[in-house]
Amino acid sequence: MTTTAADRYPADLLYHPEHDWARLEGEHATLGITWYAQDTLGEVVFYEPPKVGTEVRQGEVYAEVESVKAVAEVFAPLSGQIVEVNEELRERPELINEDPYGQGWLVRIKVADPAEREALLDANAYQALVEGG
Amino acid sequence: MLETIGCSTIEELFSAQIPSEFLQAEPFGLGGGAPEQQVFAELRNLAARNRSVEEEVSFLGGGFYDHYVPAFIEAITARSEYLTPYTPYQPEVSQGTLQAMFEFQSAICELTALEVANASVYDGASAVAAAAYLAKLERGGGPILVSAGLHPHALQTLRTHARPWGNPVVEVGLDPRSGRTDPDRLAAALQQTAEPVAVVLPQPNFYGVIEDLPSLVDLCRKASKALVVAAVDPLTLGVLAPPGECGVDIAVGEGQPLGGELQFGGPSFGFFAARKELLRRMPGRIAGQTVDREGNRGFVLAFQTREQHIRREKATSNICTAQALNAFAGLLYLAWLGPAGLRELGELLLARGWYARRRLLALPGVHPLYDGPTFREFAVRLDGDLAAVRAHCRAHGYNPGLDLPSLTGRPSDRGGLLVAITERRTKAQIDRLAELIGEATANHCQAPLEAVAG
Amino acid sequence: MPTVFERSRPGRRAFYPPPLEVPPLAAQEVIEPRLLRSKPPRLPELSEPELVRHYVRLSKLNYDLDSGFYPLGSCTMKYNPRLHERLASLPGNARLHPLQDDDAAQGALELMWRLERALCALVGLPAASLQPAAGSQGELAGVLLTRAYHEDRGEHRTKVLIPDTAHGTNPATVAMAGLEVVEVKSNAEGMVDLDDLRAKADREVACLMLTNPNTLGIFDRQIAQIAEIVHGCGATLYYDGANLNAIVGRVRPGEMGFDIVHFNLHKTFTQPHGGGGPGAGPIAVSERLEPYLMVPRVAQDGAGRFYLDYNHPRSIGRLRGFHGNYTTFVRAYAYIRSLGEEGLRDVSATAVLNANYLLARLRELGVDRYLPLAYGRLCMHEFVLSGGPLKRELKVKTLDLAKRLLDFGFHPPTVYFPLIVEEALMVEPTETETKETLDAFAEAIAAVIREAIEDPQLLTTAPHTTPVKRLDEVRAVRQPILRDQAKEG
Repeated sequence: MTTTAADRYPADLLYHPEHDWARLEGEHATLGITWYAQDTLGEVVFYEPPKVGTEVRQGEVYAEVESVKAVAEVFAPLSGQIVEVNEELRERPELINEDPYGQGWLVRIKVADPAEREALLDANAYQALVEGG
Repeated sequence: MLETIGCSTIEELFSAQIPSEFLQAEPFGLGGGAPEQQVFAELRNLAARNRSVEEEVSFLGGGFYDHYVPAFIEAITARSEYLTPYTPYQPEVSQGTLQAMFEFQSAICELTALEVANASVYDGASAVAAAAYLAKLERGGGPILVSAGLHPHALQTLRTHARPWGNPVVEVGLDPRSGRTDPDRLAAALQQTAEPVAVVLPQPNFYGVIEDLPSLVDLCRKASKALVVAAVDPLTLGVLAPPGECGVDIAVGEGQPLGGELQFGGPSFGFFAARKELLRRMPGRIAGQTVDREGNRGFVLAFQTREQHIRREKATSNICTAQALNAFAGLLYLAWLGPAGLRELGELLLARGWYARRRLLALPGVHPLYDGPTFREFAVRLDGDLAAVRAHCRAHGYNPGLDLPSLTGRPSDRGGLLVAITERRTKAQIDRLAELIGEATANHCQAPLEAVAG
Repeated sequence: MPTVFERSRPGRRAFYPPPLEVPPLAAQEVIEPRLLRSKPPRLPELSEPELVRHYVRLSKLNYDLDSGFYPLGSCTMKYNPRLHERLASLPGNARLHPLQDDDAAQGALELMWRLERALCALVGLPAASLQPAAGSQGELAGVLLTRAYHEDRGEHRTKVLIPDTAHGTNPATVAMAGLEVVEVKSNAEGMVDLDDLRAKADREVACLMLTNPNTLGIFDRQIAQIAEIVHGCGATLYYDGANLNAIVGRVRPGEMGFDIVHFNLHKTFTQPHGGGGPGAGPIAVSERLEPYLMVPRVAQDGAGRFYLDYNHPRSIGRLRGFHGNYTTFVRAYAYIRSLGEEGLRDVSATAVLNANYLLARLRELGVDRYLPLAYGRLCMHEFVLSGGPLKRELKVKTLDLAKRLLDFGFHPPTVYFPLIVEEALMVEPTETETKETLDAFAEAIAAVIREAIEDPQLLTTAPHTTPVKRLDEVRAVRQPILRDQAKEG
């Protein structure tokens, strides 16, 4: 699947340097892993969503995504409490590859501290991190 | 070659990379080498000082048995193609090994009536420890209950492995008359311990006694959420209900009786089968079926993300090299037996086992250690000097079996002899054994042992 | 290739039971009927000729070491002398019961004794145990011994230091031993970063696990300082013996300060790999760890008789059933006895020579343009190349190169290990390969690189000439089939 830079680094998202994204939606945020993360990992074969109600903290691991050859830790870009998980990924983990920013979303949280967004990167900065230097 | 590298001597390759203080100049004291003929002669002479089961009629058991290994197995396993490659990391050129693993897994699943099996662990004792580790990963730090009828080596191995986990290992005693795991004691233990993670039950147990596995499993299910593990003798499974049908979560066992030579204790293999929900927690290699780019069926190592080379400290075990060739021999043996052979062999072991048991128990001075039903092995208690009885038999070319207390250290086993039967033990040999033991107990009879409190 | 289950036909058989001889006994006469099996297992039904044909045909789908070069880094795929098979199958070895009385197993016990002494001499440590079933179990033994040692001194240490180049078994073992892994970084030379080590070597550290030469094939010259730092904080030093082939007969880890060494008998000591075992992982230990060694130990009494000794109250106990993988001891001892000290020095000499020659030859052929050596200039018995330039410039991965090598009739080197090297390719030729083989392999790699430039599709769709083509590993996990699916006939 050929992608453009805009596809890989959507402008409306915030990014954590460990290749995770957050989409802010008022008091909530949807989280997932980036195009670069799934590209490096290869075809995802297994993902078990965490439980609703779990507390996540910015910069800490809250889940794992597995391909055939590797296991990637998923870092929370923001702190909060999980209010919804993407159950469809249990049966169709490949959605993480096919549509990492859309149907491949991992969890939705109630954001604990909106000020934490200051620590995240915008699309340009994240792209520079991945492709630059 | 040195020219291509750019060095003038081989020594330079070492001295350029290793500080001189570590490069040894003095000999280590290993001595010189020798040509093949000489090495063969020396080691053959060493081997000649071992009394194998070719040189004595052996009733030794205790987890390893003198079964007949069909000749074709060695002809296959000695082939370069099976003997010399390593773990199939490049599956396209390893379909022999991978398909054999797949067939082995299938055979173990059929044998145990469980849904998934791995391609081997080291042996029966460490298989028990591996099952307990799975339970710890699944369920946490609670106690591990084990029947006192488990093989002492499995029990000791489990304790050594479990000590650093923090999970206490709690032994559940046997009924002093039947020799079966005592259901009342098991029920009490389940009630008294908080959140046990596993219960380990043998089948048959170390004393040869056949357990009431379905009832024990039932008891476990009613009283706890612990994983139930059965440690089974594979050659009894043509006659006894398989552990999967008895409701266990995991079945493990020692694979030596399946086409393995005795080899003074190793190498052999352990088998490990489980319900499919436990697949992602299972240790060891697993072969899976798939297709290639052209749609042909093939096999690959599957679920490698459980394993150490990917998961590292979060792996389900640290196994790298396992017991592939021994497990392969196990597959060949099961394929040789077939379903009919497994049953026929089992029935033969049962019939000869009971014949031996009855003949020995008919002798004066010979008593049952336990009176529960047995399969291919049973324990008797001798009046008089057990060592003297054994010496008498051995002097006549018969090894009557295992001196029990020497292995278990249990006072309740005092005077106990564990007698194992295989299809190589003929009626004539069993009769002769009875004769020899009869002679020995008559000659060396002393005052009967004091009754040992249950 | 059908499975043995698919070849099964009802009623065919290979096994025939011997005559019963004793009175027949129906199982339900002596066992409660509800404990009996009602449905037989679906095992295959074939005659012996069919079984032999099936497994001989199946064998031909395998590439093996006897057939060709097998330069798997870290595995030491050297020739398995067939003398060892003859010795292992002598009845005195193959048909000896493990619970035989000591006095009737003197040959076996003496062989184990001699092997222990030889292994101790090789590494310069005073005591050994042959019990562990494989290298991983040897590692576990080492960590458990370390735990016991510290606990005995009233110290509760929870961490084990492991370099970022370590084999996956090391951290997995530490977790099984209930301790915490702390990673130590490697420096620009591929050796331990001493500053990082100093920062992390505190009184919570139980042990540092090291391989030397390491998984990059590089001898860490700083070993004396490393030992000082580790011993200085009271921790033990563990030597992973997977790379012993590089230094056997020349360097003794005991003299570098190591407390525990494990040996992979299926690597340096020629136990055949068997498609994934059996192997063996004996350990040798320093004096301070000796009291904790597993039981039973092989001992010799005053009259020179050998026996199994259980009388060691501070032992950690046993790690497996019986005494160890005995016939692997027979093979290893035969090997040591055949080569002697001179021969073993030749082993490391030739292993290191072969690896450096192959590396130099690859340079001569210009391979290092796309597959440069990851660290350093020389190597020990193995070397690691990085496929980074190959991937960036030619859009071809190490994996594709490896698959194409199969078409050239070679087993590829180890791929994607160690993790700190991008697109790693780890090559260990061993000493039992000729210059001609090394030249042919170097040329094959050069040829594959040329193909990568001219026609990369050949690599990305490789292999083409193997019994099956590139296999779908994703599907194996997404749609798992882990047992035969043939239905009842």
